[in-house]
Amino acid sequence: MTWTTTSHFEGSSDLLDAMRPSLTVARRTAMSHRSQRRAALGALLCGIPALRPALAAERRLLIAVAASLAPTLRELAAAFEELDPTVRVAITTGASGSLLQQLAAGAPIDVLVSADEATMQRARAQSLLREDSQRVLVTNTLVVVQPARGASAPIASLADLAGPGIKRIALGAPASVPAGAYARGALEAAGLWQAVLPRAVYAQNVRQVLDFVARGEADAGFVYATDVPMGGAATAAVRTAIAAVPTTPPIRCPVAISAASAQPLLAERFVASLFQPAARALFSRHGFGRP
Amino acid sequence: MAEAWIALALSLKVAAAATLLAGVLGVAFGYLLARARFRGRDVLDAVLTLPLVLPPTVLGYYLLVLLGRQGALGGWLESSFGIRLVFTWQGAVIAAALVAFPLVFKAARAAFEAVDPQLEAAARVLGVGNAAVLLRISLPLAWRGVLAGLMLAFVRALGEFGATLMVAGSIPGQTQTLSIAVYEAVQAGQDGLARVLVLIVSIACLVALLAAGALAPGHVAGSGLRR
Repeated sequence: MTWTTTSHFEGSSDLLDAMRPSLTVARRTAMSHRSQRRAALGALLCGIPALRPALAAERRLLIAVAASLAPTLRELAAAFEELDPTVRVAITTGASGSLLQQLAAGAPIDVLVSADEATMQRARAQSLLREDSQRVLVTNTLVVVQPARGASAPIASLADLAGPGIKRIALGAPASVPAGAYARGALEAAGLWQAVLPRAVYAQNVRQVLDFVARGEADAGFVYATDVPMGGAATAAVRTAIAAVPTTPPIRCPVAISAASAQPLLAERFVASLFQPAARALFSRHGFGRP
Repeated sequence: MAEAWIALALSLKVAAAATLLAGVLGVAFGYLLARARFRGRDVLDAVLTLPLVLPPTVLGYYLLVLLGRQGALGGWLESSFGIRLVFTWQGAVIAAALVAFPLVFKAARAAFEAVDPQLEAAARVLGVGNAAVLLRISLPLAWRGVLAGLMLAFVRALGEFGATLMVAGSIPGQTQTLSIAVYEAVQAGQDGLARVLVLIVSIACLVALLAAGALAPGHVAGSGLRR
């Protein structure tokens, strides 16, 4: 690429503004081939829309969502954006415990959707949430899944997890993944935790549990009922062995607005949209229960 | 804090085994590329260096697909020998050896290239076999560079996180190495444990780096390390 071709871009102000620093720097230096190439690369990168600076009028929301709720929230965020083109809603996802740590560390999160009330209580105890902004969004059920193919032993009850033929049981790390904490609670209540512990493989979130089981690496795993039909390619590879594992407390997924949100009113509007009939219908379709 | 020491012991075991594996392969390929001339040598060099620059998640995915029960190699290993690598400490060794390999390979290649080929030629003239030339002439002359590479590989293996987490998972006492234990502790908000673990990792890596520095070629050692 030569300078004649680069200066050809000068008519396009958008590109030129973004390129100007690199152009002047390049002109000041000896216009070696390398600097020409670098300027050309800069021009190329500025042409990619995602790399352009954001429009000033655009308002952004960052929603931190527990892994089990992320697919549904992504759809609802897209619907919210369609209603107001000046709003951009980004979803960040992970285990509820990791999201809490990120929020505590000052991540610019506007809304937190957790998979359990315990995480939300910890957030409230650290004054990370806006007063009175917490509401229960949906309820869920814990299930045990098995690989659909392969000859691992049949599982009809939790006691079978301690039996022979089950080598690896995947569950979320109980300290940070609510589904893992629920699974541990259920196993403890059944007096099986000590027997299961040596077989436990800790996953970083509930989606990873589903992946471990779908790949046949784990013989069983604890996930939410809603994860099974939404697992994408993993769905065909797993089958539900125990349809409802009793959990105490019942699984309730709350939503709350971050105390540090720069857009509290917009965040409120977004949260309100999650309780509209259309959103409720989508939650039901994905298998979530009504609070 | 007992889990910190269990994780340290496991990390040292995994890193030592991974360094051994990476060491044997790294020296072999380093010698091959330093001495042999063949078509595609540059391509092979690039491919062998790839684990150094590829994201650990990419390596982890390759390993998971290859070594998993439904993978080509993993399926064969399980049906023929009953060996399972995913979610085992041996799986963690393979992941760590893969990321550490280029460090040995690069260092060994450079060290072998610095050895005067005339010395090897002279030995061959005197009737010494190829393997003996490597073991008795080239390796003794290149050992400092190779050893420095091995030390770096050990540190890298000790700190391996991404690929290990994907392949070996996080099983306390079995595959939960120091770096994974740090991650778990931070995720769970256990800052006290995280601080202890972080300190242990830092000290272990510092010691290994100092040792690698003292062994590096060209280093003027003050304590009898000079040949």
